[in-house]
Amino acid sequence: MALLATQNLTAHYGDFQALFGVDMMLEDGETVAIIGANGAGKTTLMRSIAGVLINGQESVTLDGAPIGDATADAIMAQGVAMVPEGRKLFPSLSVEENLLIGSYGRKTDGHWNLATIYDLFPILKERRNNPGTALSGGQQQMVAIGRALMSNPRILLCDELSLGLAPVVIRDIYQAVPKIKEAGASIIVVEQDIGQAMKVADRVYCMMEGRITLSGKPDSLSREAIHDAYFGAAA
Amino acid sequence: MIWIDTIIQGVLLGGLYALFAAGLSLVFGIMRLVNLAHGDLIVMGAYLILLLVTMTGLSPFIAAAIAIPFMFALGFGLQKFMLNRVLGDDILPPLLVTFGLSVVLQNALLEGFSADSQRLPTGALSTASVEVGGINLGVLPLLTFGSAVLVIVALNQIFYRTELGRAFRATSDDATTASLMGIKPANIFAMATGIALIIVTIAALYLGMRANFDPNIGPARLIYAFEAVIIGGLGSLWGTLLGGIIIGVAQTVGAAINPEWQILAGHIAFLVVLLIHPRGLFPRAVD
Repeated sequence: MALLATQNLTAHYGDFQALFGVDMMLEDGETVAIIGANGAGKTTLMRSIAGVLINGQESVTLDGAPIGDATADAIMAQGVAMVPEGRKLFPSLSVEENLLIGSYGRKTDGHWNLATIYDLFPILKERRNNPGTALSGGQQQMVAIGRALMSNPRILLCDELSLGLAPVVIRDIYQAVPKIKEAGASIIVVEQDIGQAMKVADRVYCMMEGRITLSGKPDSLSREAIHDAYFGAAA
Repeated sequence: MIWIDTIIQGVLLGGLYALFAAGLSLVFGIMRLVNLAHGDLIVMGAYLILLLVTMTGLSPFIAAAIAIPFMFALGFGLQKFMLNRVLGDDILPPLLVTFGLSVVLQNALLEGFSADSQRLPTGALSTASVEVGGINLGVLPLLTFGSAVLVIVALNQIFYRTELGRAFRATSDDATTASLMGIKPANIFAMATGIALIIVTIAALYLGMRANFDPNIGPARLIYAFEAVIIGGLGSLWGTLLGGIIIGVAQTVGAAINPEWQILAGHIAFLVVLLIHPRGLFPRAVD
């Protein structure tokens, strides 16, 4: 049984339909990448899984149990944490407070705590009393990842980790992904940077216009197939 | 010496206004909700304390302590089952609902307690005073001011030293992202209004011991509270205390010049501060 799965998942923003029957799954211990151009529906898919967008009950399952109509706080309590697009740090909170708030709804013993987060991203310990939003983009991304890890999630949803970051910073951020996986979390990474996604993922889904257009293991997908699935066959 | 005495009395009066305002400031700071029934809730608290004192013969302080859990539960329920339903991007629905609540409360109090003025019994406390440097200070005004400072300190401790305070601030910043942390914004808002009504009860205690009250004085208390909050900067707790002091000092100085100017002088001070600092003295950086 898949750890997390979506079945025929649809999502709307008012009258606009953003997802059209998306089927995907995440196995325990796996890292799955979701790639696609701007507007493909990747973030909507993440928000639907995390409970920010409420869906039909059966459209999302966790350990086979339907969670599609659960709210974000309830889904987080079941061990699904999210690093949202644009980091979304809390401006009123310091770096350390941003990290601490990450475990508000789920306090479990596990690998991740303040000390291990500071080991993963040592710069955060130096900046722990600064306002979260006073940090550079890369450091803010580290805080956002650390904040999500503080709940020792079973599943980590990472939305656009590399967005707006310099290549050297992206490399530093992605170096943390294997360590997070090693500590026991299964991961879904949403990425526009295909190269980064291919490096860390066990499986890849490509999205276009709200639909899954391609899926498979990274080494089984040709450049042409990815190009067609990413931009459309006619592009 | 008379002017020093006047200013000190004004500072102490400011403590009462800060107590009126602290709950309003808390609720606005967390959920951007302007509760137009705030003044009427203070009056309702005073009647509740009066009822307990009349029924049991207890001191108003003990009666207020008994009223506090009830008022907390009332605030929690009010927010959870009524005000949360109208919170959103549009600020008009909460204003209308709390205005309606204000009207309902005034009429319910009028029906239940008549329009007669009431006062909480204070015994010797109302005339007790201590002399400090040649100035006589009333014990009750000192207690009021001390309570206001304690309330502000306690709220700051909750805000900046507890997990609940972090949740308050995070929810105030971004309720959607807060829900990704496992926070239930609806419960956080309800908790905030519950705490605000604890402060309302403390304000009601001193209101009822220092002056007469009747069912119709709520809106005027709301205006003083509003002015204190806005002078201090929306959402700033220490700013709210300072706002209360500025209005209190302006009123006592105005009254010393001409007794008819007391209320007007407070409003003028409010306008002057707004002209110089339109966002108040300590505005939040993130608004």
